Amino acid sequence: MSIVVENKRPETINPLKVSQPLGAALAFLGIDKAIPLFHGSQGCTSFALVLAVRHFKETIPLQTTAMNEVSTILGGHNNLEEAILNLTARVDPRFIGIASTALVETRGEDYVGALKEIKAKNPDLANRQITFVSTPDYNGALEDGWANAVAAIIDDVVVPWSTAVTSFQQINVLPGVHQTAADIEALRDIIESFGLYPVILPDISSSLDGHMPENWMMTTMGGTRMEEVSHMARAVHTIAIGEHMRKPADLLESLTGIPTSLFPDITGISASDRLIALLSRISGKSIPVRYRRQRSQLVDAMLDGHFYFGGKKVAIAADPDLLVSLARFFHSMGAIISVAIASTSHSPDLKDIPTEKVIIGDLADFEDAVREKGADMLVTHSHGRQASERLGIPLLRVGFPIFDRIGNAHNLTLGYQGTQNLIFRIANMFLDHNHSLKPADFADKTSDISKEPLYA
Amino acid sequence: MDNRLKAKVVSLFNEPACAKNVAKGKKERRKGCGKPLTPGATAGGCAFDGSKIVLQPITDAIHIVHAPLACEGNGWDNRQSASSGPTLYRNGITTDLTQMDIIMGTGEKRLYKAIRNAADRFNPPAIFVYVTCVPALIGDDVEAVCKHAAKKLDIPVIPVNAPGFVGTKNLGNKIAGEALFDHVIGTMEPEHSTDTDINIIGEYNLSGEFWQIKPLFDKLGIRVHTCITGDSRYRDIASAHRSRVNMMVCSAALINLARKMEERWDIPFFEGSFYGIEETSRSLRKIAELLVKRGAAADLIERTEAVIEEEEKRCWERLEPYRQKLQGKRVFLYTGGVKSWSIVSALQQTGIEIVGTSVRKSTETDKEKIKTLMGGDAHMIEKIPPREIYNRLKAGEADIMLSGGRTQFIALKAKIPWIDINQERHRPYAGYDGIIALVQDIDCALFNPVWQEIRQPAPWEEGWVAPEIDCLFDDDHLFSERAS
Repeated sequence: MSIVVENKRPETINPLKVSQPLGAALAFLGIDKAIPLFHGSQGCTSFALVLAVRHFKETIPLQTTAMNEVSTILGGHNNLEEAILNLTARVDPRFIGIASTALVETRGEDYVGALKEIKAKNPDLANRQITFVSTPDYNGALEDGWANAVAAIIDDVVVPWSTAVTSFQQINVLPGVHQTAADIEALRDIIESFGLYPVILPDISSSLDGHMPENWMMTTMGGTRMEEVSHMARAVHTIAIGEHMRKPADLLESLTGIPTSLFPDITGISASDRLIALLSRISGKSIPVRYRRQRSQLVDAMLDGHFYFGGKKVAIAADPDLLVSLARFFHSMGAIISVAIASTSHSPDLKDIPTEKVIIGDLADFEDAVREKGADMLVTHSHGRQASERLGIPLLRVGFPIFDRIGNAHNLTLGYQGTQNLIFRIANMFLDHNHSLKPADFADKTSDISKEPLYA
Repeated sequence: MDNRLKAKVVSLFNEPACAKNVAKGKKERRKGCGKPLTPGATAGGCAFDGSKIVLQPITDAIHIVHAPLACEGNGWDNRQSASSGPTLYRNGITTDLTQMDIIMGTGEKRLYKAIRNAADRFNPPAIFVYVTCVPALIGDDVEAVCKHAAKKLDIPVIPVNAPGFVGTKNLGNKIAGEALFDHVIGTMEPEHSTDTDINIIGEYNLSGEFWQIKPLFDKLGIRVHTCITGDSRYRDIASAHRSRVNMMVCSAALINLARKMEERWDIPFFEGSFYGIEETSRSLRKIAELLVKRGAAADLIERTEAVIEEEEKRCWERLEPYRQKLQGKRVFLYTGGVKSWSIVSALQQTGIEIVGTSVRKSTETDKEKIKTLMGGDAHMIEKIPPREIYNRLKAGEADIMLSGGRTQFIALKAKIPWIDINQERHRPYAGYDGIIALVQDIDCALFNPVWQEIRQPAPWEEGWVAPEIDCLFDDDHLFSERAS
């Protein structure tokens, strides 16, 4: 429905993208007793760390191999080894997730070989999982880093299906980076309510949800346990969320032979219906009464809410899967997607976004396009605040990073209740910024009143 | 590595105005001040981060980061350096190098076009270009690109050679200082100048902190020509060499710049601070003294004394109501440098007890001051793992922690009040009014009723007491077990 074009500017002004290693770090943070480690200079870690702390308002374990001038020239193997040994001694993690950065990738380091050597040299590392993922900053963005990290864990840890594996009522879930802790928590509840056992990889709902630990932890304080990941072949079905999870989902399916459902998202009535129906079919159980109630509440919310969405122009800038999901949601409620900016081109669904043109670009493209096409609401992460101020248009904060709001981990958008929640939030924002009509509004006959019918 | 960069780093480590450096032996000095980083146990920003911190607050300049995405994409618009006018500096601009640029070596071309486009789009008085790890590694000649662009576009284009791998944030600060000295300061003349013009080096106007102390200067008729670089304009920095005195705050991060400005333009400098009452007074006195030495009217000294007396009196009066309330409250101070002692005496005189102060980033002079103020070194803390701070706070060894954003959760997770006194804070604490604001904030944090509820045990824990509610039937027996 739309054409997808790349901005041709050589420079990026006000980046929409967040770097790939940070996406990988977020995925590693969904592993129990884990610590992510960036193989690069200390700044690579420091910037990512500060941003993650500002988003989650939590302490974030994240370390660096602290490449200096000498190791940059001579090679970073020693730094890598030292970092792993120091972390092991000091922090005692069960899982170390290593993400490469542009610095070591530009050097062309053979870190896979290095890691093998390090493991061979230090046999006491054997009882902890160390996973390496290649995430150069010069490629991709948040969604790619997250997905590549999940794929790397699956590749390293999942025991392939064999006749020795007994299936039981287990469901594997591969959530995308556009799922919040609250979304994952809600999904777990829904799956459990059908008598099924979810194994969620990664599971940030118990590590990045913001809670009070019993003790001070130097690693993540919750998340997926490695034993569960290794037993993923026991499941009867896999649910993956977001096009960017296709690669890890494919890998898991090829290792285990378990059928997979790839949901673009689980927001909106159709996707929620699809999930509930799927779980009912897999479990052989009838749909619990509470979902009938929730669905009927959602329909009511759609009725109450559609007045405020209908005909409103919405400008969205986000990572591709989040963009696709939000555009579909807003469109389904009657809003017009006047501007759509994607951080990367890495989703085939971009062309299905109901808008004229999808630009692969940055927040300067966003601002320029809004000036040209107009919008009643801006939808992007917190860095949209400058554009919002300049344009005088309210900003709905979505995705990562959201550093000027609290409670981001608990924004629920999944399932009937999450969709209802999202409708209320947005409709109330529209209500807050309702334009009260003045005589002057009727004087200029050319403005505002659309001459053409809105919906095709 | 680029030899020019190497020479620059070596020269930065050989700072004659730095007391710490001068005190070193010859061999030790040759090693430089860069502490070797421990892989897997390192915190803090890189040299690029440090250079950006210093230069970004030039509000009407454009800053282009020549790098793959992460350097700027993960870190732009993240500090509260406030502007009274232009907002150009808040744009995050990067060449966002792709794999193809790195393989094909098209980075230089991309950078040139980026500079040209930014000049067209924003029409800035100057553009700063930052060299990061990857372009340094593949050998992009950024200086040549900048030179070419400056000539073509007819605006200053300043290269800042600070790849992250050369060192820490502190080194980056110094590299930025060098960039200002080599390319900016002295390139323009001020529109007008007075014999009381000063620069404040290392003041970044975080949360508008400079505006908190500016009224003091206004009262004294001292004109702050520019901060280097808080809320500054490019033109003011470029003409900063006509000021009479340089005050250097924020420890000695930009000491190289202050020293070189003294050598080239005879501008005397001193290190001072606006944190704490005595320190503020001392700084004002020192500025007056140096200005008079350089030819300002001699009555400035008397007028300064008068303002100090009036301000100190007003400040202590404002603090008086808090004295009784805060008497005996115990503060754990986890910061560094000047702040590890400069706010101590004001807090002490409000009746607050300092149970510990960290001296990780403090100089020997700082430590001496702490000893005098706190009676010995019993409360000085060198290096302490987060878990130990957490345990000590949980054991009730302090009533409140004052520190930077990074360590906030140690206090919060131990259910202890916390106040941000480092660079990311949203509240300014400078000058006389700043210390009043700090004491008010401590009071507000300590006596917030929320702590009572937060520390209450849960119904399944020891010591839980059922809150009173209207019982429609006598259900005391339900709770009797726990309540006893």
